[in-house]
Amino acid sequence: MQAFTQHTGIVAPMDRPNVDTDAIIPKQFLKSIKRSGFGPNAFDDWRYLDEGGPDIDNAGRRINPDFILNQPPFDKATILLARENFGCGSSREHAVWALDDFGFRVVIAPSFADIFYNNSFKNGLLPIVLDADVVDELFKRIAEKPGLEISIDLEAQTVSCEGEEIASFEIDAFRKHNMLNGLDDIALTLQHADEIKAYEEKRKQSAPWLF
Amino acid sequence: MSKAKTLYDKLWDDHVVRSEDDGTALLYIDRHLVHEVTSPQAFEGLRLAGRKPWRSSSIVAVPDHNVPTTDRSQGITDPVAKLQVETLDSNCKAFGLTEFTMSDVRQGIVHVIGPEQGATLPGMTVVCGDSHTSTHGAFGALAFGIGTSEVEHVLATQCLMQNKSKNMLVSVDGEVGVGVTAKDIVLAIIGKLGTAGGTGYAIEFGGDAIRALSIEGRMTVCNMAIEAGARAGMVAVDDTTIDYVKGRPYSPTGETLEKAVAYWSTLHSDDGAHFDEVIHINAADIKPQVTWGTSPEMVVDIESRVPNPDDESDRVKADGMRKALAYMGLEAGTPISEIAVDKVFIGSCTNSRIEDLRDAAKIAEGKKVADNIKLAMVVPGSGLVKKQAEEEGLDKIFIEAGFEWREPGCSMCLAMNADRLEAGERCASTSNRNFEGRQGQGGRTHLVSPAMAAAAAIKGHFADATELN
Repeated sequence: MQAFTQHTGIVAPMDRPNVDTDAIIPKQFLKSIKRSGFGPNAFDDWRYLDEGGPDIDNAGRRINPDFILNQPPFDKATILLARENFGCGSSREHAVWALDDFGFRVVIAPSFADIFYNNSFKNGLLPIVLDADVVDELFKRIAEKPGLEISIDLEAQTVSCEGEEIASFEIDAFRKHNMLNGLDDIALTLQHADEIKAYEEKRKQSAPWLF
Repeated sequence: MSKAKTLYDKLWDDHVVRSEDDGTALLYIDRHLVHEVTSPQAFEGLRLAGRKPWRSSSIVAVPDHNVPTTDRSQGITDPVAKLQVETLDSNCKAFGLTEFTMSDVRQGIVHVIGPEQGATLPGMTVVCGDSHTSTHGAFGALAFGIGTSEVEHVLATQCLMQNKSKNMLVSVDGEVGVGVTAKDIVLAIIGKLGTAGGTGYAIEFGGDAIRALSIEGRMTVCNMAIEAGARAGMVAVDDTTIDYVKGRPYSPTGETLEKAVAYWSTLHSDDGAHFDEVIHINAADIKPQVTWGTSPEMVVDIESRVPNPDDESDRVKADGMRKALAYMGLEAGTPISEIAVDKVFIGSCTNSRIEDLRDAAKIAEGKKVADNIKLAMVVPGSGLVKKQAEEEGLDKIFIEAGFEWREPGCSMCLAMNADRLEAGERCASTSNRNFEGRQGQGGRTHLVSPAMAAAAAIKGHFADATELN
């Protein structure tokens, strides 16, 4: 996993609640057996006016000029600002891969769906929960000044804008540590292989039908 | 005396291998269900790291999302989908995993076949790279969906790093009216809780109306816990659970069964156990439900009208409602019963089991699908459900009424295969998500129960199935 320490970038405002993972990466792209290459089709139904697919060349498609990520400077955004319940619905990690591949490093929202939130950490995409009124304020500032950059400091757990700290955020200590250091979760767990085996031996006695 | 625990507390405590200082736990996973869409990258990761599955016997694999529901004698025609299903086949073969392949009568939707085979048992932790894994909570199991990185994690270690959720009890008190189904109950719950109301919680569904449900009905309710934001939904074990589980291929027998039953019988919340949140719903108030928008919380009953965003005081919500109405091509104030549909889909991990098909067949029997319906399809949840339905003559009832009778799979619930809506088409669907584009780009989905879907097919518009019957 790529490590995350600090990041500064343009914020793209996506002003709608309940952005689901079907919207982030539509199902026809889930037929891929790879982890990469989803960025060009992130938000495909909203981003293009005609239908896309795994074997359709995006170069020949009609762009939806009204979609925020098609409009400069937001096409260069690396931070996504959204409303409540971002990433709800399907567990597809392809949604995180698509955001990452598009170039996003951070998503800020008042709340996230649990599975999406979890998946983000596995891929070095930082999901930040901020109070709804702070998020609202950020939407307003971006409307006044499109292209506004903000800075995230994971170690300090802060969000800053134009040299001023505007919010701090919560994150589990364990997740923070892994993300700061880009650690491999599986290798970490395998350090406890003996404990897992001991647990299994105990359970084989108490609940043999599980084995 | 030990502290009173909730069902979730018990399931959690029984599976903790170790805990970190911040409360993050290493949780042991008993059953790992695998399908073709979210597993190829996990197997690839495993290979690249030179790792092997920790415990192959915990895995049951099946292709379901991408399989055709029409004649399968020619295999899959879409080369990309075909490669994905073949990749699952070859991964299972290479690692020696149990897989019900496309030609196996036991093949079907992963959340239908797990319980059907007894691969889902009370007290288990069950995971799958699919958000609707919450379905298995109906057995008093801790079951939740995971992403592909976590699929790889479970493959490699049999464990997951998890943070414990909070406890929520949703109690559906009293009895539901005649013809009101599990789907109506869960849609009503989501309407009340909202799609994020359960975020951060594990929900236990209780109350007389839940106790009165069959295990299949409980699966329908737990299936949609994720649509209320909760990764896991569950129902306490009782005789209904144990009777269902006994005698299935993966279930224990003899003395082991007795020992298991003794343990399973403890899988309920203790008196006085603490819930962080308790919601009560009066069962008698629940009428047949129909969603009108693009989020499962946008739901009303069949006697209602499409709501007006102007009546919503929260600006973000009102904007969401306006976007939904525009997408759905609906006007505020329209009676739900006047909304005509183009297609009808009966199937999905929410509603494709034998009782669902019986409910729909009861409405369709001796009637004809309305002229304005372009396609009405029934997609059984598994090969075994299909077989049983055919033994009961349900297939004939559907076919004579004008429905198509298909092969098992996820089908038009998410439209990865050829079963889909065209732009602007409106569908009465027994699935679980009415998101924009879910059933096909530009498609308009209304979530309903199997009986309500059948009623919409017969009438050509939404209608109260309890009156039609």
